[in-house]
Amino acid sequence: MRLLSILFFFLVGFFGYAQVTISGVISDENGLPLRDAHVHIANKTISTDTNGNYILTGIPKGKQKLYISFIGYHAIEETIEISTDLTINRQLKLDITKLEDITIQQLSNSKSESSNEQVLKSATIEKFSNQTLGEALKEVSGVSILKTGSTIVKPVINGLHSNRVPIINNNVRLEDQQWGTEHAPNFDINAAGKITVIKGASALQYGGDAIGGIVIIEPEIIKEDTLVGKTILNLASNGMGGSLSSSLQKGNRYGWSWNALGTFKYLGDRETPDYVLSNSGNREQNFSGGIRYAQEKYNFNAMYSFYNAQIGIIKASHIGNVTDLYNSINDQQPSEIEPFTYSINAPKQEVQHHLAKINYQRWLNENTSIDFQYAFQFNNRLEFDVRRSSANNDKAALDLQLTTHTFLTDYKTSIGNWRLKSGLNLGYQNNFANPETGVRPLIPSYEKLDAGLYGIAVYKFDNATSLESGIRYDFSTIEATKYYLKSRWTERGYDAEFSHFIVGEEGNQWLTKPSFDYHNITANIGFRKQFHHEMEWLVNVSLASRNPNPSELFSDGLHHSTGQVELGDLRLEKEQAYKFNTTFNKDWKSFRIQINPFINRISNFIFLQPIGFETTIRGAFPVWEFKQTEALLTGFDVNTKWTITNHFSHELGLAYVNGQNLSTDEYLIDMPPFVINNKIQYKKESWFNFVSELKSEVVFTQNQFPNYNFETNIVVNNELTPVLVDISSPPKGYHLLHFYSEMTFKINKRNSLTTSFSVQNIMNTTYRDYLNRQRFYADEMGRNVQIQLKFNY
Amino acid sequence: MKNLKRIALLVVPVLFLTSCSNDDTPVNEEEVITTVRVTLVGGGQTIVLESRDLDGDGPNAPVLTPIEGGILVAGTTYEGSTEFLNELEDPAEDITVEVEEEGADHQVFYQVPSSVGTVTYTDTDADGRPIGLNFTLVAGTSGSSGNLTVTLRHLPNKTATGVAAGDITNAGGNTDAVVSFSVAVN
Repeated sequence: MRLLSILFFFLVGFFGYAQVTISGVISDENGLPLRDAHVHIANKTISTDTNGNYILTGIPKGKQKLYISFIGYHAIEETIEISTDLTINRQLKLDITKLEDITIQQLSNSKSESSNEQVLKSATIEKFSNQTLGEALKEVSGVSILKTGSTIVKPVINGLHSNRVPIINNNVRLEDQQWGTEHAPNFDINAAGKITVIKGASALQYGGDAIGGIVIIEPEIIKEDTLVGKTILNLASNGMGGSLSSSLQKGNRYGWSWNALGTFKYLGDRETPDYVLSNSGNREQNFSGGIRYAQEKYNFNAMYSFYNAQIGIIKASHIGNVTDLYNSINDQQPSEIEPFTYSINAPKQEVQHHLAKINYQRWLNENTSIDFQYAFQFNNRLEFDVRRSSANNDKAALDLQLTTHTFLTDYKTSIGNWRLKSGLNLGYQNNFANPETGVRPLIPSYEKLDAGLYGIAVYKFDNATSLESGIRYDFSTIEATKYYLKSRWTERGYDAEFSHFIVGEEGNQWLTKPSFDYHNITANIGFRKQFHHEMEWLVNVSLASRNPNPSELFSDGLHHSTGQVELGDLRLEKEQAYKFNTTFNKDWKSFRIQINPFINRISNFIFLQPIGFETTIRGAFPVWEFKQTEALLTGFDVNTKWTITNHFSHELGLAYVNGQNLSTDEYLIDMPPFVINNKIQYKKESWFNFVSELKSEVVFTQNQFPNYNFETNIVVNNELTPVLVDISSPPKGYHLLHFYSEMTFKINKRNSLTTSFSVQNIMNTTYRDYLNRQRFYADEMGRNVQIQLKFNY
Repeated sequence: MKNLKRIALLVVPVLFLTSCSNDDTPVNEEEVITTVRVTLVGGGQTIVLESRDLDGDGPNAPVLTPIEGGILVAGTTYEGSTEFLNELEDPAEDITVEVEEEGADHQVFYQVPSSVGTVTYTDTDADGRPIGLNFTLVAGTSGSSGNLTVTLRHLPNKTATGVAAGDITNAGGNTDAVVSFSVAVN
C-alpha cells in the first residue's frame, strides 16, 4: 500500500505537478552571509554558497516545511504556504550552547573524531540519582562494574578499570586515589549533565594513559536568561532510605550566570533475598556551585565542589587470615548477620573530595580560541577497620591525604578543512600518609610532578570523510618517602639494585626515598567515513602508556579488606597498549545497529598474581605480587534499537571480552563475563508522557579465568589438615529482571512534575557477581522498589 | 574585570589549604602481636611454648621455641596460661591485659587431638563466659603426638553452639593470632 502511494506521488510529481523555485540569502544576526548553511524545503535540500545564496527548484505548491540550520546557530523551522516563486531570506541567531557543543566535536575537543563514543544524557543520569556514577555507566554496553559490596562501584571499560580509566569531571581529571579497586569515584552523579564514554585512548587532550577508556563528565549549562530549578527525591525499599538532590541554575547568554547543587543520601543496611547485609549503609552530603561571566569574545568560569561520603563495609568481609577466608568461601553465608540498622560501624570508609577550578576562555577570532585552567583537588580517604582494641575503633587505620594542582592551556583553531588543537598541562601532586593511624600504610607519602604536551589535527575531506591524528608527550617524576621493613627489603631483593634509595634507618626498618622518572610518547590515528545517511564506519588505532601507580610500586603488606599480603615492585615498567577499535553504525527506518569490535594488546600489563604464602603470628596469608605480563584483550560490543510501533521499542546490548595472559597462556583474572541486556519500552505521550520499560539482564558464568587456588593447612577435628581454598571459580551466571515507569505532569509552562516507579531485581533472585570483591562473603542485593519524584521549576 | 579579581581573591585561599606535615615519621605500629607464649605448669614441671615474629606482617615466619615442641607427661594436669605481647614496643606491650579487659569481645581457642590432651577453660568474662587466657590441660596417653593450635579470635559469637566449651567451629569473628605448637606425650 505504502509503495503504491509513493509511486503515486512520484508520478504526480513527474507529470509536472505545479512546481516553483525558491531562492534567498541566509545570513547571521549582523547580516553577514553564512556559507554552507543547510536549507531544506519540502523534500529538497541544498547548502548556501559563499555569499549565503541558495536556490531550490521543483518545489511543489501548497503547504511546505522550511528548515534552515547552521552549526552553532538556532535552527529555523516553519511551515510556509507556497503558490508562486518566492524569495525567502532568513537571519539565524547565534546559539552559544550549540556552538560550543559542536565546536567541541569538530575540533575534536572533548570527543574523538574517529572512535566510538557513547553518551548518557541527563534523562538517563537522573534515573540513577540515588545510586552511583558506575551504575549509570553500566547502561553503556561494554561498560561493566567492579563492586565492593553494594555501594562502592567502579566503571570497567572493555575489561579494564581504575588507573586505566581516567574520569574527567568538568574538564578536570579526577585525582581521588583511583588506584584502589575498592575506591569508588568521588563524584556526585547528580552533578552530571552529560556523560561520554570513549572506549580507547583517543582523547589525547586528557592524557595518554587511558588504556581502557575514558569517562568525560560535563555539567549542564543553560545559556538563556532564565532561572531554573530541579529537585529530585528518591525513596528506596532496600536500604530503607533515599536521597534528595536540589539544584538551581541562573542561565545567561552574556553577563553573569551561576548554579548551585546540593545532594543528601541516607541509606541503611541493604538486604539480600535471605538476610541483612550488616553494616552496608551509606551516606553522602555533596555540594557544588559555580559562577560564569561571559561576553562575546571571552568567558570566565569558577566552580567548587565538595563530595563527602561515609560508606559501611559489611562486617563479614573483615577477615583475619586464610582460615577465615576458607570458612567464608565454604559457608556461603556471612558469618555475621544482625537485624537491620541505619548505623555504620567499622569497617567503613569516610571519603572527602574538594575540587575548585577557574577557567578562562577567549575567542581570538571566529575560528580560534584559547583556554586557561587551574584546578585544585584535595582528597582525604579514611578507612576504619575493626581494630584489635575496641578503644581504637574510631581511629582510622588508613589516612591518606592527596593534594593535586593542575594547570592547563588549550588552543583550538580551524583553517579551511583543517581543525587543530594543541595544549599543555602541568601538575603537582602530594600524597601524605598519616603515620598517626598506628598501621603501616599500603600507599606511602609521595610527591609527583607531571608535564604534558599534545597536538591533534583533523582533516575533513568532505562532510562524510575525515581523518584524525594526534600525538602527545608526557613527563612524570615521582618521589616517595617510605619505611620498608629490612626483612621485606631483603626478601624483595632490593639490596643490590636500590640501595641508593636508602636514606635512613629506624629500628628494623629502612627509610627510603625511591624516585622514578618516566617519558611517554602516545599517539592516535583514526578515520571516519559516512557512506550514506544510514551507514557510518569509524576506525581508530591508538598507542597509550601508563606509568605504574603508587600502589603497584610500593604496596608491601597486609591488605585488611582482602586478607591478602600485597607486594608492589620497584622494578615495574610502564604499561603500553596498542588498541585497535572500529565501529559500524547502520540505520534503517526503524532499526539501528552498532557493532564495535576491539583488540587491545598490552605489553607490561600489571596485575596481581598469587605467589605463595607468608606466615605471621596472625596465621598464614596468601601473598599476591604485582607482576607484568604480555596481555591481549579482544572483544566486541553490540547495540541495537528497534522501533516496533509508535509505542513499542526494543533495545539490545551485548558485550564480550576475552583477556589472555600471553606469557603464561592463561586467561586474565577479573574479566567481565558475557552479558546480554534486553529492554522493551512502551511509550504513550498522551498519557502524561507515560514510559514503561522492562529490562532483562543476563550475565553468563565466566568460564575464562586463571586458576589461582591454593592449599593451606587448617585445623579440622583438632588436626592440621590441608584444604584447597577456591578463590578462582567465578560464581554462577544469573538472570535479573528490572522494571521502570514514569509519567510527567505539566503544572504550567515552566513547571512540571515527573513521577517514576521502578523495581530492580523483580524476582528477588539470589546471586553473586564475579566482579564483586565481596563475592566470597555475601550475596548481592535483593529486590529494590524505588519511587522518584522530580520537580522542574 | 573588578569582579573577576574579587573572585580570584576568594578562590586563592582555598588552594593553599594543604597539609604540611612531616612525611618522615615512622608509623608506631599498634596492631601487631609479635609474641604468643603458652605456659604449662604441672607435675613439678614448667613448659613454655613460644612463637615470636619480630617483623610483624613482614616476610619472616614466626620462630617457635623450643624447637622440639612441648613434651608432656601422660595423665598430668597442667595449669595453663597464655600471654600475647607486642615486643616492637619498648618496653614490650602486654596485650593480654587488653584481651582480659575486653573479655566479652575475645576468646582463645585450643585445638589438640584428644589422644594428646584435653583443654578446659578456667576463666570467665563479665558475662560468665570463658575468655581462655587460663585453662587446664590434662595430658593424654603416652606415645601420642600432634599439634596444639592456639587461636585468639576477636569479636567471636560467644553464644553460638559449642563456643563456650571451646569449639571454634561456630565462633565466627576474625583471627588476631594463631599458632600451632607440636606436642608429644611421654
